[in-house]
Amino acid sequence: MMTNHGKRVTQGQFSYLPDLTDAQITMQIEYALKRNYAVGIEYTDDPHPRNTYWEMYGNPMFDLKDPAGILLEINACRKTFPSHYVRVTAFDSTQGVESVRMSFIVNRPANEPGFRLVRSEQEGRNIRYSIESYSVQSHGEGERY
Amino acid sequence: MNAPASEAAITTTPSQMLEASGVRAVLDKLDAELIGLAPVKGRIRDIAALLLIDKLRDQQGLQSTPPSLHMCFTGNPGTGKTTVAMRMAEVLKQLGYVRKGHLVAVTRDDLVGQFIGHTAPKTKEVVKKAMGGVLFIDEAYYLYKPENERDYGQESIEILLQVMENHRDDLVVILAGYKDRMDTFFGSNPGMASRIAHHIDFPDYSEAELMQIAQLMLGQLNYRFDEAAAPAFTRYVSLRRQQPHFANARSIRNALDRIRLRHATRLFVTDSVLTREQLSTLTAEDILASRVFGLNAKGA
Repeated sequence: MMTNHGKRVTQGQFSYLPDLTDAQITMQIEYALKRNYAVGIEYTDDPHPRNTYWEMYGNPMFDLKDPAGILLEINACRKTFPSHYVRVTAFDSTQGVESVRMSFIVNRPANEPGFRLVRSEQEGRNIRYSIESYSVQSHGEGERY
Repeated sequence: MNAPASEAAITTTPSQMLEASGVRAVLDKLDAELIGLAPVKGRIRDIAALLLIDKLRDQQGLQSTPPSLHMCFTGNPGTGKTTVAMRMAEVLKQLGYVRKGHLVAVTRDDLVGQFIGHTAPKTKEVVKKAMGGVLFIDEAYYLYKPENERDYGQESIEILLQVMENHRDDLVVILAGYKDRMDTFFGSNPGMASRIAHHIDFPDYSEAELMQIAQLMLGQLNYRFDEAAAPAFTRYVSLRRQQPHFANARSIRNALDRIRLRHATRLFVTDSVLTREQLSTLTAEDILASRVFGLNAKGA
């Protein structure tokens, strides 16, 4: 069933919980930094589950020791894109590639209408399913939320 | 919320608190490993005292605002500015003033960009790395170049000023440089001067202090002077001090490195089996081969 629980997009960690406070975000980042992950901030206004690559807000931050610097960037990103989705992603390089270890949403639009299920009939009355976002479909880029 | 706290009895004396916090150990280490520098140590003690008393005040529900701890170290080359900055990060960590206690040492190159729009991200990157610790800007006066009004250094200074004001809890900025040039720098950047509470001047070392420093350095490297070598080195120090480009402890370290080279060469040509004693003892011969003695003889 394509339902929209609590009118919230649920992607990444903690997405079924209430929004994290800044103190909680700080602790999560603290954990990431302790494991030498590089932390990046990404934003988008197209939260389709298959949209894996969001825009990066600045470069991923390497060699940081303290979460305060990252929180500073998160707040700058929230200020620039107040009604976009913003997520924090932590990359682990121990495998030889920067692989995502943590990813959670730190900013979301006030109103999230969710997704609808699109049924398209194929030959032989087969049905193909896809999903599409109400607001992404109805508005242009930058005006979606 | 603070009301019950005001009735709490004070159960620890300041000295007990000093012991418990581990600050005493850091201060003692500072005393043992840094020779001389009385004004610097005095100031570090003052800061440590203030931060501890502030903690006690906080327990009693009295107003305690963390003091601004941005500092400026001035002094001649080799007087230990960088070493002290490194220690400062450790001390502030023990006192709980900074969270991580790491030192990020940068110069103009790391802060100032090469084209328009390059400086701000570069400076911010460095500031983010330093958060939770100490940002040490060596030869800070290079940031400001009055002869070129389009120099990007000014932009970097403005960002630093903003950070020093708004993120006082997140990082401590230490500027370092030679006295006269730092004075000019502050003269043309009054905003910077007023945001720095602690101006600490590093005095030059006396001859006795330089000897102590040499002994300390040798001890760390597992070398020692023999009986004749120590007076020879004292003589070396007093001659070297009068020459140009004398850089205090740094000159001493370089001199010791050259003495070690001569020591190694001397041992290398011997045919006998070397003892542990020989490997660790520097003799007067190694020291007296120095250029400094030759110059003096020529002058006399």
